[in-house]
Amino acid sequence: METTILSILLLTPILGSILVLFFKDEQKNIIRWFGFVVSFIAFLISIIAYLKFDSSNSNFQLTHQIIWIKSLNISYFVGVDGISLLLVLLTTFLTPLTFLSTWKAIDKKLRMFTFSMLLLEAGMIGVFISLDVFLFYIFWEMMLIPMYFIIGIWGGERRIYAAIKFFIFTMFGSLLMLVAIIWLAVYSSGSNGQFTTNLIELYKISPTIPLKIQSWMFAAFFLSFAIKVPLFPLHTWLPDAHVEAPTAGSVILAGVLLKMGTYGLVRFCLPLFPQASINFAPIISVFAVIGIIYGALVSMVQTDMKKLVAYSSVSHLGFVVLGIFAMTVESVQGAVIQMVNHGLSTGALFLLVGIIYERTHRRDIAYYGGIAKLIPLYSVALMIAMLSSVGLPGLNGFIGEFLILIGSFKSNVLDNFWFTAFAATGVIFAAVYLLWMYQRVVFGNVTNQSLENELTDLNTREFLVLIPIFIFIVWIGIYPSTFLNLTDSSVKNILQQVSQSTVNILK
Amino acid sequence: MPANNYEYFLLLPHIVLSVGIVLSILIEIFTKKGKEILPWVSSIIFLFVGVYSLLTLDKNFLIFGGTVEVGGKAAIFNFIFNIAALLTVLTSIDYIKKYEIFYSEYYILIQSSVLGMMVMSMAHDIIVIFMGLELMSICFYVLAGLNRKRLSNNEAALKYFLLGSFATGFIVYGIALIYGITGATSIQNIFENFIQYSNNILFIVGMLLLLIGFSFKIAAVPFHMWVPDVYQGAATSVTGLMSTAGKAAAFSVLIIVLGSNLTYSSPIAFRNYFSIIALLSTLIGSIIAISQNNLKRMLAYSSIAHAGYMAIGLAAGNKYSFAGIVFYLAAYVFMNIGAFTIISIIEGKDETRLTLDSYAGLYKKNPFLAAMMSLFMFALAGIPPMAGFFGKYYVFFGAIQADLTWLAIIGVLSSVISVYFYLRVIVYIYFMNETEKFDIEKSLGGNLAISLTGLLVLFFGIFPDTFMNLITNFIK
Repeated sequence: METTILSILLLTPILGSILVLFFKDEQKNIIRWFGFVVSFIAFLISIIAYLKFDSSNSNFQLTHQIIWIKSLNISYFVGVDGISLLLVLLTTFLTPLTFLSTWKAIDKKLRMFTFSMLLLEAGMIGVFISLDVFLFYIFWEMMLIPMYFIIGIWGGERRIYAAIKFFIFTMFGSLLMLVAIIWLAVYSSGSNGQFTTNLIELYKISPTIPLKIQSWMFAAFFLSFAIKVPLFPLHTWLPDAHVEAPTAGSVILAGVLLKMGTYGLVRFCLPLFPQASINFAPIISVFAVIGIIYGALVSMVQTDMKKLVAYSSVSHLGFVVLGIFAMTVESVQGAVIQMVNHGLSTGALFLLVGIIYERTHRRDIAYYGGIAKLIPLYSVALMIAMLSSVGLPGLNGFIGEFLILIGSFKSNVLDNFWFTAFAATGVIFAAVYLLWMYQRVVFGNVTNQSLENELTDLNTREFLVLIPIFIFIVWIGIYPSTFLNLTDSSVKNILQQVSQSTVNILK
Repeated sequence: MPANNYEYFLLLPHIVLSVGIVLSILIEIFTKKGKEILPWVSSIIFLFVGVYSLLTLDKNFLIFGGTVEVGGKAAIFNFIFNIAALLTVLTSIDYIKKYEIFYSEYYILIQSSVLGMMVMSMAHDIIVIFMGLELMSICFYVLAGLNRKRLSNNEAALKYFLLGSFATGFIVYGIALIYGITGATSIQNIFENFIQYSNNILFIVGMLLLLIGFSFKIAAVPFHMWVPDVYQGAATSVTGLMSTAGKAAAFSVLIIVLGSNLTYSSPIAFRNYFSIIALLSTLIGSIIAISQNNLKRMLAYSSIAHAGYMAIGLAAGNKYSFAGIVFYLAAYVFMNIGAFTIISIIEGKDETRLTLDSYAGLYKKNPFLAAMMSLFMFALAGIPPMAGFFGKYYVFFGAIQADLTWLAIIGVLSSVISVYFYLRVIVYIYFMNETEKFDIEKSLGGNLAISLTGLLVLFFGIFPDTFMNLITNFIK
């Protein structure tokens, strides 16, 4: 069934980003409203896409295909399954909220900011809906440019260093992926008689690649995604980028951009190179578990709140990678839901850190203390976000981590319960660093007198930003089936592809 | 083979340009307003020749006893050369006043050099190649040193001339050896019996000398020593033309020679030679460019690296890689001339404001120039969806198809290195505050050239198929 809904969804922010250039820089409020409205329209369109989507069907749906580069048989081919639809929804959900959250914080070069944000949104949507590897690569690279500007122009002290580091790290991985993509296209012409980068056809062709080369291909794709996730020890760009980026940048970075890496693992690495994935799974899981514990331990000693949240991302995404490479239905389901959870809870944490940073321009934990007395509503909001990140039962974080842990425990691919045992300590550490931070910032006596003048409680706009996120945090925590059902058949489909083609090779 | 009269009709682009040169000289002699009129005369000629060539692509014949080819591949190159020249002329209108080379000869020399390039790209005979090469090179030597009062200009011209004639010497000697062994100057004759000749060491030496001469012209390592000084010393608009159209002309010859090799004899000779050239050029060009503060010098080193990427295509030597080179050259013309145009607008009198510091905070002074410069830098770095990306993509595609995956990996690694210095320009433009105050002169022609190249860079990046289909039809 061909439908253009996804193309409309993709075009909306692109069109918006072009139109915003026609405003004048002085019309600040109009530009702010414009950015918000465009991204909100995109959200509504994605809701329509969700309503049209049939979650019982495991095939790609809402597809739209136009031939783009005939000589290399590359087409503009988009479509979604449950996993990508969920992440598209996350993207379109978070983008209007970030616009709302930076209403005051971003004042200079607003036009450029709105342009970058909308282009970034288009790039992220494009990454999630592309069903052509080449098209995927285009979007994957394209969104580097707006993110580079967002960090570099509106970032903190060391923004230039962070922006360039972010760009070059990502570029390094993705260019090797490009070589692998070209190699796949050339390989497909050998068995298919025609170049192709169409994902659905590559799903059939690429598992037949001889194992030795498959491992190299896998490595090229994996490196690119692992840098983006980021998996220990490739994570060093993340704290820099997060700390230097403005709040809006951090929220998008943590909320969606990192998910592109884990999404890539699920969408490309597993089904395209199943045998290599299984072979590498234990090693990757070791790194994932190291990342979980390392990220948590480093978070514990941070004095800067934003850095603490940034390192906690390394830890949380370690869970996601572990879940993906455990390759059981539960663990992959858990990984997918954990991607969304991390987007919501870490996004909320970054927003909250940003909110007090806007007031005091300080992020060091030591500066604060006893703010519960001064700004009680804020303290409650911070508590909800923090508990969700810790993984308190009843909130969203618990569901994802629990599914990943039971999934990896019984995994045949890993076949070793120590992974789960070590990973589980990450949950405990998470409680330690987050609760400790919370205690130092919120409880006790007001340590710093200047806080009394500087701090004001949440205003209506900030409420409007946080409430939708909290609704979903609780929703996923109490009734996750809404979201698990959406991805269920897609996850099963991917795992089936993996087991099918590995059986074929074993014969 | 078409009838004799028809042959001249097919040569219309070359005839129009030649007549245009004569006409321009007459205008220069008999009117005092030559300087004002000639840019528009040249623009019209270049526009006509470029568009006409594109429209007569399918009239692809070998004429004059098989010595020259019209239509097809030659026409695509004609289009590239003339668009490059047109853009350069638009840039020059205001720039050459500032640079104090406000002479009518400037335009006449550009026209002549383009004629030389067109002769090179149509040649199927090594003597014709040589004629075109000399016509182009001599015009370039003069153009590089047009401001004779300026020291850097003299240095550039002299260096270019001495090293350039050295390279020409290599080429002539190579031609002599080849002719001595084969008794023919027709490329078809030479390559039909390539395997037989290749037993003769003198023939191989002759071929190598020829290739080395052209490696010099495309500015590939280790024959790149002249590039930084010449590109920096010459007038910015001239550098723009030399680094794009001049390179394209040299590549057109290499494609003709190697393409014939492919057509008439099976083994891909000289693959190792070009692999090494490509390896060295991409890496050395990208690495040295990192430490440059002068933008012209930085783009000179980046031009060496780009020659390396294109040489990857030569090493691969198949249909896709050759087509990729042509696409890359077209994309490179737009990106590089766009960038040089911006540099020429920012540049002050007496070669000031060429360093990165002058670009600090450019977005505040002129958002249009800032945005376009970023566009060109991203395009040169090969970020999709800009034209530069597809140039690289096609070349790497050809390389992987030819089992040269290692070369493609080297290529992407040096791309990563190159990202650093391209991004540094954007860092200065957007992320830093201005350090020196100056007014940017308004230049209508320059802005026109920038808008045109910017649009083309995006158009070729988003719809690469439009141009690529034309190329693949005529590359065998």
